Amino acid sequence: MSSIHPPSERIWWKQPIDKSEIIWIAIAFAWCMVMFFMMPYWHIYGKQNLSTETYRVTPQLFSKAAQQMVDKYTVRTETDRNIPVVAPPAGGDVYLIARLWDWWPIIELEKGKTYRLHLTSMDYQHGFSLQPENINVQVLPGYEHVVTVTPNRSGAYAIVCNEFCGIGHHKMVSKLYVK
Amino acid sequence: MATTGNMFRICPRTGLQFHKSAEPLIKLNAVAAVVALLVGGVLALLVLLTRWQAVHLIDADTFYLYLTAHGLDMLVIWIIFFEVAILYFCSSTLLRCRLATPRLAWLAFALMIIGTVTFNVAIFAGKATVMMTSYVPMQAHPAFYLGLILFAVGALIACFIFLGTLVVAKAEKTYEGSIPLVTFGAMTAAIIAIFTIASGAIILIPTFLWSAGYISHIDPAMYRLIWWGFGHSSQQINVAAHIAVWYAIAAIVFGAKPMSERVSRIAFVLYICFLQLASAHHLLADPAVGTEWKVFNTSYAMYLAVLASMIHGLTVPGSIEVAQRGKGFTKGLFEWIRKAPWSNPVFSGMFISLVGFGFLGGISGVMMGTEQLNMLIHNTIYVPGHFHATVVIGTTLAFMSLTYFLVPVLFNRELINPGLAKWQPYLFGLGMGVFTLAMMGAGTVGVPRRHWDITFAGAALPYEFPGVALLMLAIMGISGIVAVIGGGIYIYLTVGSLLWGKRLDAGPYTSEISPLRLPVQVALTGKGDGHAAGFAAPGTFVFAMVFLVAFVLYYFVNWKYLSTVWGLS
Repeated sequence: MSSIHPPSERIWWKQPIDKSEIIWIAIAFAWCMVMFFMMPYWHIYGKQNLSTETYRVTPQLFSKAAQQMVDKYTVRTETDRNIPVVAPPAGGDVYLIARLWDWWPIIELEKGKTYRLHLTSMDYQHGFSLQPENINVQVLPGYEHVVTVTPNRSGAYAIVCNEFCGIGHHKMVSKLYVK
Repeated sequence: MATTGNMFRICPRTGLQFHKSAEPLIKLNAVAAVVALLVGGVLALLVLLTRWQAVHLIDADTFYLYLTAHGLDMLVIWIIFFEVAILYFCSSTLLRCRLATPRLAWLAFALMIIGTVTFNVAIFAGKATVMMTSYVPMQAHPAFYLGLILFAVGALIACFIFLGTLVVAKAEKTYEGSIPLVTFGAMTAAIIAIFTIASGAIILIPTFLWSAGYISHIDPAMYRLIWWGFGHSSQQINVAAHIAVWYAIAAIVFGAKPMSERVSRIAFVLYICFLQLASAHHLLADPAVGTEWKVFNTSYAMYLAVLASMIHGLTVPGSIEVAQRGKGFTKGLFEWIRKAPWSNPVFSGMFISLVGFGFLGGISGVMMGTEQLNMLIHNTIYVPGHFHATVVIGTTLAFMSLTYFLVPVLFNRELINPGLAKWQPYLFGLGMGVFTLAMMGAGTVGVPRRHWDITFAGAALPYEFPGVALLMLAIMGISGIVAVIGGGIYIYLTVGSLLWGKRLDAGPYTSEISPLRLPVQVALTGKGDGHAAGFAAPGTFVFAMVFLVAFVLYYFVNWKYLSTVWGLS
């Protein structure tokens, strides 16, 4: 009799279980509990928890908020397309538009300060991928996702799109500065 | 036995009985699967040679098109066709009964073929370059969704035929007691498949109507939630199916019996209860779903499905150890595994599948399925790295190993070039192993998945990835080629054996029921029967502890890494 035969014992559920199995199941179960409780633990004591603050939004409303921020806080422009570089005040709201196929505008933040980063897409789904930090967040159209970020290193970062969004996907990349 | 006429062919080599109603269907579904593997494999090579940045073979449009087709033809078509063959085998053949409603089974097969052709035509006509996931609002031609729906309906019918065959076997008393463990595992796969296909229907039918212009809007967040109920759960069918195949191969090669029927079956039941929550794995970096929802679902309700996999990870090799010790390989902890038939591809493929699935696929999967850690790899090439370890090393290699058994038994052909077959699992499994590690390495430094050009040539504000990213992609390219060669050898061997292999005696058609004569049919008593006082599989237990240490270390290394990134709240 084998695993491809019916069990040799009709009452197989009353057969005793081997010690090596019992001990392994106990260890594996304990490890599963450790892994499970790591998540709530990190929500209490850890400093990297992705916010789920979300609002319904339309492209028009979000564009308006982003434009207001750009009008108020633009410090310079970059590239021959004059992409505005915006330095909003610490603690404030930062609006980042994802669209085919760029991120707009360029953001400049201060190290150690906290910002409310608003993300949405104007069209398809996109992926916010901050490099080389490697923080990755999904960006959906119709939803405004507010992520609270506190940069801990200064430098020039890149925002790569890592959700396939059509033929220009691999050119959808922008900058983010931390002073 | 409610069989009229000589309906059973008894394989003279194994004693396995194939009913006339099931045999051609098992064969055809397996053949269709291998054809899909061939198409998907050619596409794999082209995609691979493009992502290997130094080679960068095909242009962007074609790359995204091929990637869409590669994903679907491999992840869905190759695997599900083979799984239908397994379902029919595990019911009709293992329970020695007729297949329920064979005409409907032919209809199911036809629907699956028509569906496959339909969506492939849509993709290759350039009307559906939307990736396997086809996230809305990116839209494909209606034929794309329609093809998937037709395929799914066919697969759903096949699942119900499997369940119907269990009923037939029970009613006609073709076996005594409970169904075999392997059939139980296949039943787990069928139940998960029904859930999966229902999820697919719930989202793909409205999306089809939206694409055809009858519905104005599909919510992208809802689409992701329900689509992944199909997309991820379909991979859980594979897990249940390939673990059933592991148990089957342990039985075929070693005559192994489960260490404990109760433990192994409870582990399968845990899959049925909890595996489908994994839709959440893909939504951990999403807006619109809450933290508590993410934590509960991503952990399969406190990791109970991970527990099940860890149990199978012990009991499958454990059952081999018990069988080997029963045959006298009792020296030390590891004689049983040293003296295993490493040149038999049925065994070596299965064992590489088991180790690769656990160490590479399992550990990486749990890491990336942790709510906060997911941010570090979401949508990077780490993700395909992980699932190539689970679905290619795990499922595909397990299915390949089973094929080497089925060629003589089901197709009555001698394997051409057995010397090559001996090496195939090593080439494929180890090539894939390095390939997945390189992908995960590249993902750890941020390389995105589904991306034509990580040098961002022509972009206004390009970014330069660290040199290690390009190095990882080169390693991925080279080891991927090794794996593709291994896959090519598999197709050459299977197709070649069917076409030119020496015909073997098929055995008589009879109405009698005969006992199985598997290669090893030692009466396993003693420890194998589960004496509670024993410690029947000490060698396997040591392997399990090595696995646990690797798991714990890798898990906490990633928490450490997370603690150094920007503050997020």
